[in-house]
Amino acid sequence: MKGALTTVPIIKELDIVGARQSGRNLARDLGFGSVDQARIATAISELARNIYLYAGSGEISFQEVQGASPVGLKIVASDHGPGIENVSKVMEDGYSTSGGLGAGLPGVKRLMDEFDIISDDNGTKIIVVKWLR
Amino acid sequence: MRIPILKLQNYLLVSVQIELDDQTAMQFQEDLLGKIHETGATGVVVDLTSVEIIDSFIAKVLGDVVSMAGLMGAKVVFTGIQPAVSMTLIDLGIHLKNVQTALDLEQGLIKLKQELEEK
Repeated sequence: MKGALTTVPIIKELDIVGARQSGRNLARDLGFGSVDQARIATAISELARNIYLYAGSGEISFQEVQGASPVGLKIVASDHGPGIENVSKVMEDGYSTSGGLGAGLPGVKRLMDEFDIISDDNGTKIIVVKWLR
Repeated sequence: MRIPILKLQNYLLVSVQIELDDQTAMQFQEDLLGKIHETGATGVVVDLTSVEIIDSFIAKVLGDVVSMAGLMGAKVVFTGIQPAVSMTLIDLGIHLKNVQTALDLEQGLIKLKQELEEK
């Protein structure tokens, strides 16, 4: 069961803002409250920035999913960058190769309900889902 | 996009009314430090009531500007952080421990006055 799919390309820095605005609007339309809208938008912001920062370009796509809980928002962040060398390391709080806070990916995992990451030489794909409660 | 910085006596007042992108946040950092230098302001209130998202990058920029202003001798207080924003920041693991905050602009000014008089 899949709902309408929207894809936002991440090419320039301002696309980060565009992606999180699209995500927030979709979340609101699906019935998410203001706190979850902020969580979803923040998670998208982190994922989009990672694409821009480490892969140069990529895309974020949104999907409505049906499951145990009535409805959920699935977000897929994908790029064809160099991939993440050490996935378990980037999931540690405070680890950063760019001088950031190192809160990005572990933070995204806490903000969302489901989190999956696939990364190799061909790029990185991160799939997250937030369920409507 | 530039965020306006207003001067009121010895203080600078900033109300962030737009969605913060990376470039705007970095520009704000530079503008605020420049304005502190130019006016000799000892305190700054940054009102974040209209800000709906603070991610880890924006949080770092905001936290850094507090430290930078501190090095120059000015205190910064953030006000009006929305409930949803504070919840997401804690989820992200960002506690902004060295950052002074207050409920609203008025409380922020009171806090600044108290802190600056104590010295």
